[in-house]
This record gives sequence, C-alpha cells and structure tokens, in this order.
Amino acid sequence: MQQRRILDEVTINRELLRGNLATPKWWLPTVLGLLVVVLFGFTLMGIMFNRGLGVTGLNRPVYWGLFITTFVFWVGISHAGIMISAILRLTQAEWRRPVTRAAELLTVFSLLTALFFPLIHAGRPWRIFYWITPFDFARGIFPNARSPLIWDPFAIGTYLTGSTLFLYVALLPDLGVLRDRTTGWKHSFYTVTSLGWRGNPRQWRLQTVAGILLSALMLPIFVSVHSIVSWDFAVTPSVEGWHSTIFAPYFVIGAVHSGVSAVVTMMALMRWLWGWDNYIRPEHFDALARLLIVVALGWMGFTFAELIFGVYSLEAPERALREMQMFTWPWNLLFITFFLTAFAIPVPLWFFKRVRNNIALMFWTSILVNIGMWLERFLIIVPGLSRKQPFVFTWDSYQVSPLEWGLLLWSFAWVLMLMLLFSKFFPLIPLFETKESQVFTTDIKIGRVNVPAVIRELD
Amino acid sequence: MAASNSVLGLYDSPDAGANAMDGLRSAGFALGTFDVLTGTPYPEGAFGEHVPQHRLFRFPFFGAMVGITLAILFTAGTQLAYPVITGGKPILAVFAMLIIAYELTMLGAVVATVVGIIFESRLPNLNLGAYDTRITEGYIGVVVECEDDRIEEARGVLQTAGALEIKTA
Repeated sequence: MQQRRILDEVTINRELLRGNLATPKWWLPTVLGLLVVVLFGFTLMGIMFNRGLGVTGLNRPVYWGLFITTFVFWVGISHAGIMISAILRLTQAEWRRPVTRAAELLTVFSLLTALFFPLIHAGRPWRIFYWITPFDFARGIFPNARSPLIWDPFAIGTYLTGSTLFLYVALLPDLGVLRDRTTGWKHSFYTVTSLGWRGNPRQWRLQTVAGILLSALMLPIFVSVHSIVSWDFAVTPSVEGWHSTIFAPYFVIGAVHSGVSAVVTMMALMRWLWGWDNYIRPEHFDALARLLIVVALGWMGFTFAELIFGVYSLEAPERALREMQMFTWPWNLLFITFFLTAFAIPVPLWFFKRVRNNIALMFWTSILVNIGMWLERFLIIVPGLSRKQPFVFTWDSYQVSPLEWGLLLWSFAWVLMLMLLFSKFFPLIPLFETKESQVFTTDIKIGRVNVPAVIRELD
Repeated sequence: MAASNSVLGLYDSPDAGANAMDGLRSAGFALGTFDVLTGTPYPEGAFGEHVPQHRLFRFPFFGAMVGITLAILFTAGTQLAYPVITGGKPILAVFAMLIIAYELTMLGAVVATVVGIIFESRLPNLNLGAYDTRITEGYIGVVVECEDDRIEEARGVLQTAGALEIKTA
C-alpha cells in the first residue's frame, strides 16, 4: 500500500458529507427515474396479485422460476457486506476503511429486496404469515419446522436484523458528526439517531470492541444463510441436479463471488458520482480483485466438482440433465454466457495489475460476474425442475413472461433507489474510520523512500 | 456522578488535551469526573485517561440463552401442538430444530450485543452538557463535571493547559 493522502478532519467532513449536506445535481433526477421503475414494479405486483400467478410463465412442473432465481441472486449479493466488513475488521486490514459501510449497506438492501421474491412468488403473500408465525391458535395450524421453507425466514430474518444493527452501531459516531454540522429538523433527527454520541474514550472503546464482537457473531450467520438457502434445493430428492451435499459451500462461495463483485461495482459508482478519489483509490480495487481471484477459483472448483460428480455417477437422468444444461438450445447459450461472464472473461483479466488498477475495467468485469451469477442460479433451478417428470412435453414448459422480466428490473431499480436515498441522509464512507486511519498512519523513511506505516494497538 | 455543572476546554492538539487531563488529575478532581472528547478514536491512554472497563462480553451469552430457549419453545411447541407427520420425519426432528435453534441463538446474541454496546456506552443521553461542534472537526475537548464551588478552579486548570475556549453548561 503505497498510496496515502494526508487529510485533516475538516476536509474529510466536507468531502465525505458532500452528498448529505448538499444535494448533487444528478441526485434528484436519478431518484425520480428510479422511482418510476419502482412504481411500475409495484404495479406489476398488484396485477399479479389480482389476476393470479397465471400471468407469469410458471407452469407445471416449473413452479420455481425467475422469482426464486432472483431471490437467490439477491441473497448472494448480500453476502458481500459481512464477508468484506467482518473479515477485514477481524484481521484489521487497513484497506477496509472506505469499503465497509458500502458493503454492509449492500447487505441490508439486497436482503430487503430478496425478501420480496418468495413473498410475491407465493401469489397470495399475506398467507405466508400462516407458514412462518405460530399465531393461528383458533384453527390450531402451526408452521412446519421440518420444512426448509421455514428455515429460510429464520436465517434471512436473523441476517437482516443483525446486519441492520451492525450497520447502525457503526453509524453512531458519524451521526454525531452530522448532528454537529446541521440545523433545524435535520439536527433534531441526527441528535436522536446519534443517541447523544460525544466521542469519549468509553464510547470509542466500545465502538472498537463492537466492531470485532459483532463481526465474529455475524460471520457464522453469513455462512449459515446461504447454506440454508441452498438446502431449499439440496434437501429435495425428487429434482435432478438439486440433491447434492456440495450445495451449501458451493452456494456460499458463489454468493461471495457475486457479492464482492457487487461491492466493486458500487465502489466505482461512488468514486465517480461523488468524486471520492482521495478515499476510494485504485489500491482498493486492486485488493478486491486479488480477493476475487481467490474466491472465483474456489467457486469454479465447486462448479467443476458438481459437474464431474453428476457426470461420473452414470445415472441416466443426471447425465441427461447435464446434457440439457450444457448442449441443448437454449440452455447451452445460457451456459456458455454464464461460464464466460462469471469466470472465463473476468478472472484472467484480473491477473493483470493494469486491469486491477483500472477502475472502469473493474467496474465492467464486476458487472459481467453478476450477469453470470444470475444465470448460474437460473441454470441450477429451472432445467432441473423442467426434467422433473419423464414427459418430454414439459421440458420447455417455462417461458419467462414480460411481467417477470419487469420485476427483475424493478429489483435493481429498488436497490439503487434505496442506496441513493440512504446516501442523502447518511455517509456512505465511514468518517470516523477514515479519520482513525489518519491518526494511526504515519510515513517512515526506509533508505531513500518514504513508506506509509500503520500503527496497530495490541488488544 | 453527583455533579451539576460541566465545564469544557477546547484544544487544538492532542498534547494540549493530555496536559489538561494531567492538570485536572493534579488538581485533585476525582477519576471519572473528567473526560476527553474527540472526533477520532485515539490510541488508548493517549490522553493519560482512565482506561474504561466494560462488561459487554456478558451480553451475547445472555442473548444466546434467550434465543435458544425461544427456538426450542417454537419448534417443539408448534410441532407438538399440530402433530402431523410430514416427509417421514419424526414430530420432533432434531436436525430441523437445530437449524432454527442456531439462527435464533445467533439472533439473540447479536441483539443483546447491540443492547450491550448502547448500554455500556452510556447511551442514549441526549443532554450533551458542555460541548463544542468543533470536536468533530479535529479539536480535542476536555470536560469536567463538578459542583458550583469548583467551577472556577476547573476553568483555571483548563485555561492553564492552553484552552482555546472554555464553555460551561
């Protein structure tokens, strides 16, 4: 890490609160544009509730389609936050500082979005409460705790609650800064939400311990969530390609691959939109790309293992499914696109330092990864279900309807809109972490060069 | 703390803040009645301050116990209340119960930890007392809680250490 900017606290406040204390020109038109798409999406949901699931392309035997694919996709994206934030906090990695807040935020908003999909997928979302909460004492019908569809809400509910609290605790010092820089109703809002933060040694000590303790608690939750999501499929013996013991770690590492890529996308956008060149630097993209190479290679190992065990089993239905996934139109096109975008194009590029330090290239390769990872989930879910019955006429029964594509678009607009709304009221880069970095970093002279050195406290 | 007033001295360097803390200690102000306020976490002991003790690590254990208890009540209670065998599993299927118990245990631990962080940080406390917004711009605040009869003495100590401004609330 040779890149360092020496910044005083006034400059840090001014630059990082730029989007909070003033409104950038592009902000309102962008939010309004996204709002239109979001309202369009809610209208589509209303149409679907009114007319029933017949307006989707779902058809026997494919009852899990684009909605469940998108659910798994957004749960996957959510894994970036805790992976990046918690592991880097625990290891006290210095480069974490501008990354953590964005990553945690992505976790919260992508989980909120993921939650929508099983709800709307049910067609009658209000009935889901019968499935997961034991309130129907009058009829004596209670949730079936043996069903993976009950494990899911517990896992995601825990992850969402934990991530939100984690985000809030780390926001407290920055809310204090905002309280000190605002007037009127905003001042009152930040006074209440900062809970009276003053920045005494006790509060700072607790903040440090909290970062480590909550990270340690959130990491096992992060692993469990996508494992449990994978068990929605893996504990089902009747669908070829789903009943696999490898699914839990395979889903978790795939989620990290897509999630960290999403953080790269978001960081590039933050640098471009708010001009935070002093904070989000090429070295951060370089570090994330190195991490992505390791994750992507591990994930590809799991993908390969899944395929090889499927093919080597010599079970006719399993081999037929793999043949369909990889060699039959249109699945073969999807498969090739998935392989190229999630692995074959970005990973070799990331081996080059010039690419890792090129923010535009990192942005586009991270987008490619997420196109590929969405396709991966689609290829896991739909072909297996299509071949659930031995009847040839059901093999291509599922055609994604325009309404479903519309709701996929809605999900992206929804996450972006929530992010932009958050950015208006709260800082996207932790101020106190950035300031702490200035206090704990100094330049030391070794021979003829000055090298930034980080002081670390022993705890 | 039985004090009714707080006096704040504002300094432009950590060294000056540390000198003020030393001065207050030398003047006989009791430990815990004066504190340093910063906009940045500094290394522990940078101002010669008392290293705060906390009991945060007890909170997650308590939360985890509550969480696992609720999970067992939920899983066992609902299955026993509606004992229909599905998927050939026993009514009280241990693996399924373990998964829900795990999640609720972790949820209890996280929620209790956050409650603990807020409680141990002595928050919420919306009355900031003597405070200056420049503290979050890099200035160092040294605040003393004292009775009326020691206000002047506190102001004197803070001034001697080179305070740029002194506020009383």
